Amino acid sequence: MPDSRPLASIEAVESGLASQGYIASRQIATAVYLSEQIAKPILVEGPAGVGKTELAKAIAGWRGLKMIRMQCYEGLDEAKALYEWKYAKQLLYTQILKDKLGEVLGGAQTLHDALNQLHDFGDVFFSKEFVEPRPLLQALEQPQGCVLLIDEIDKSDAEFESLLLEILSDFQVSIPELGTIVATVPPTVILTSNSERNLGDALKRRCLHLHIGFPDSRLEERIVESRVPGISKTLRKQLVGFIHSLRTLDLKKQPSVSETIDWARVLVLLQASELGHEMVKDTLNVLLKYESDVEAALPHVTTFVANANRQNVFG
Amino acid sequence: MRDNLHRFFRAARGAGVHVSPAESIDAMRAVAKVGFEERSILRDTLLLTLAKSEDEKKSLGACFDLFFSQPEPSRPDDANNDNRAANENQAPESQSAQSAAGGHPQNLGPLAQILLSQDTSELAASIANAASAAGLSDIRYFTQRGLFSSRILEQMGIGRLNDDLDNLTASNPALAERLTVATDALRETVRQQVSQALSLYGREEAENLRNEILRNAPLSRIEPRQIEQMRALIRQMARRLRERFSKPRKRQRRGHLDVRRTLRKNAAWGSVPFLTAWKRKHRDKPKIVAICDVSGSVARVSDFFLLLIHSLHEVVSDVRSFAFSGHLVEVSDILESKSAEEAMRDIMSTVGFGSSDYGSSFADFERQWMESVTPQTTVIVLGDARSNNLDPGADILRRISERSKRLVWLNPEGRMTWGWGDSEMPRYATFCNVVRQCATAQQLERAVSDIVATYQ
Repeated sequence: MPDSRPLASIEAVESGLASQGYIASRQIATAVYLSEQIAKPILVEGPAGVGKTELAKAIAGWRGLKMIRMQCYEGLDEAKALYEWKYAKQLLYTQILKDKLGEVLGGAQTLHDALNQLHDFGDVFFSKEFVEPRPLLQALEQPQGCVLLIDEIDKSDAEFESLLLEILSDFQVSIPELGTIVATVPPTVILTSNSERNLGDALKRRCLHLHIGFPDSRLEERIVESRVPGISKTLRKQLVGFIHSLRTLDLKKQPSVSETIDWARVLVLLQASELGHEMVKDTLNVLLKYESDVEAALPHVTTFVANANRQNVFG
Repeated sequence: MRDNLHRFFRAARGAGVHVSPAESIDAMRAVAKVGFEERSILRDTLLLTLAKSEDEKKSLGACFDLFFSQPEPSRPDDANNDNRAANENQAPESQSAQSAAGGHPQNLGPLAQILLSQDTSELAASIANAASAAGLSDIRYFTQRGLFSSRILEQMGIGRLNDDLDNLTASNPALAERLTVATDALRETVRQQVSQALSLYGREEAENLRNEILRNAPLSRIEPRQIEQMRALIRQMARRLRERFSKPRKRQRRGHLDVRRTLRKNAAWGSVPFLTAWKRKHRDKPKIVAICDVSGSVARVSDFFLLLIHSLHEVVSDVRSFAFSGHLVEVSDILESKSAEEAMRDIMSTVGFGSSDYGSSFADFERQWMESVTPQTTVIVLGDARSNNLDPGADILRRISERSKRLVWLNPEGRMTWGWGDSEMPRYATFCNVVRQCATAQQLERAVSDIVATYQ
């Protein structure tokens, strides 16, 4: 039974996330706990593939909440992020209701009377039924609350950032025709960024700032253990040791946690029980995504594998 | 503890982390939720709420560690060990000393009693109280260390302690000796605490003061050890200029009504102008041709000037730089591809440190690069206009001036000396739109910001 009561403690967060297969460091757990306690969004920064998006999924899975995801890109605007009027429906309804309108207005003698009667209808065509809610508005309207993931906010324009400010600080949006819509239950908001551009201070001020870097080897081993259950302990140690030495090289794209997991899966599929340098050379393209990186890493493979194996003997 | 947090926020500001009142309120709320029990959680909490980038996290983490690592207010270990050794060796005597100490508590002041009882926590508390009474967090400059140390000691009752010490020397020499050792340890502890406070609270102010001095120091005469700091300062200036000029305001760009487009747009309504279309004022990005003298006296200023101009990529679309002393070469590529230090070394080794010849350098420029000057270009000449009594080539400068949008001359010498000796400044000045002195970093910033502003 998913738990949707207020969070008890940082440890509870840690174990809750672990139940979803997300091994969180202390810092991550503290951030999640605090964001719930003082109702603030979390801005997660870090290199690609360290589990920023995964964090939101894990929170949603653990708390049993719906996850609403909004992928940001250049040119994203209000109509795609917040709400839109259903023009087609409005038009269709006016056509269907034409006769009815004629009836209503039939009694009017002058144009002035007709106008007055039309005013009495109010804004029927600009009511809630004709609003198409987009992710941000949907998130506010969830009766049980939800996890709102705003992914790669750094890809959007600076104008979109300002649009978010009202939602992030007060959990409300203002629609000119309808007034202000306040969240029934404040959603848990996670924003992720790859630091492609610097975000504005106003946005940063409204968020808790969490930086997820590459995990240390013990944490990474636990992550591999939870994600790839079939892997032997020896291989896990060697694999993590190898990747850590690979990260010391000057590479264009460092292998991150998601690559570690993929590689572990590949090795399990190949039924490896130990790390051999031939096999590493064959599967290196799983870890490294640029030809130049593979070339830079190849001469070091033998040493790194030997090191990883040796550490394992003594450690 | 709330006071401590407030002091920590001040220290964080000193460490270069911007803590706004709203953020400090958030931090307070967060801390209230997690409590003070576990230091690592407190640290994470403050890092999460206050620091908003990786660099800030690093400096705030260091600040946190420094802030909560209070210097141990106990007396040093060796003093303790000495005492213990003394206790073991001469047990009866020291016991009598203890009993003596216990016997005359009414004669001793409170500070002496704390010191003799070796109650470290009470001592720490009394130092902390005295420090806040003396306003230690207001410390700004390193020259204030002595003042604050003595204020804290006074607050703790050092006067009474000294009286006690004088009395005891006469009545109980053994006890007096212990008290002397303890007093020295106390002075050392207070000194440490004051230095720590200085490094926490004084950093921002010290930095500001240093930058202020550096900003107004003549560029040609700064010492080699300050060059690195100067480069950092110039980069800071470049960032400021970029922020100011890189986002032109859209509203300002609206010009007259565009009649043709308005009519066309409203054709559907029989050209009743429901929708209006406006012309947009065209705005050029600055194009700059910089001609810099790199002979002995002006070289350093040129160095910083080129560094500043070339770090304005976002604002300035097109910069071409030329350096000369005897003859002129283009240096844009070197500056773009290499680091500031290397580039400057390269430039100096090709053209630097000769005696300057303005006439032939201008002639070089006219022969090879005159086409690079267009009606949108600002030409900046940086030099002292001392042409060693050679032909000044003022007619070439006139032609450059006629081709360009503006011609700006920056001279590192003071106005008083223009025209004296071999200075040709008055003759050149007739062809320049602007002539200004440019000897310090501040003047440099103003000059560049004025040049860029004419394009806005």
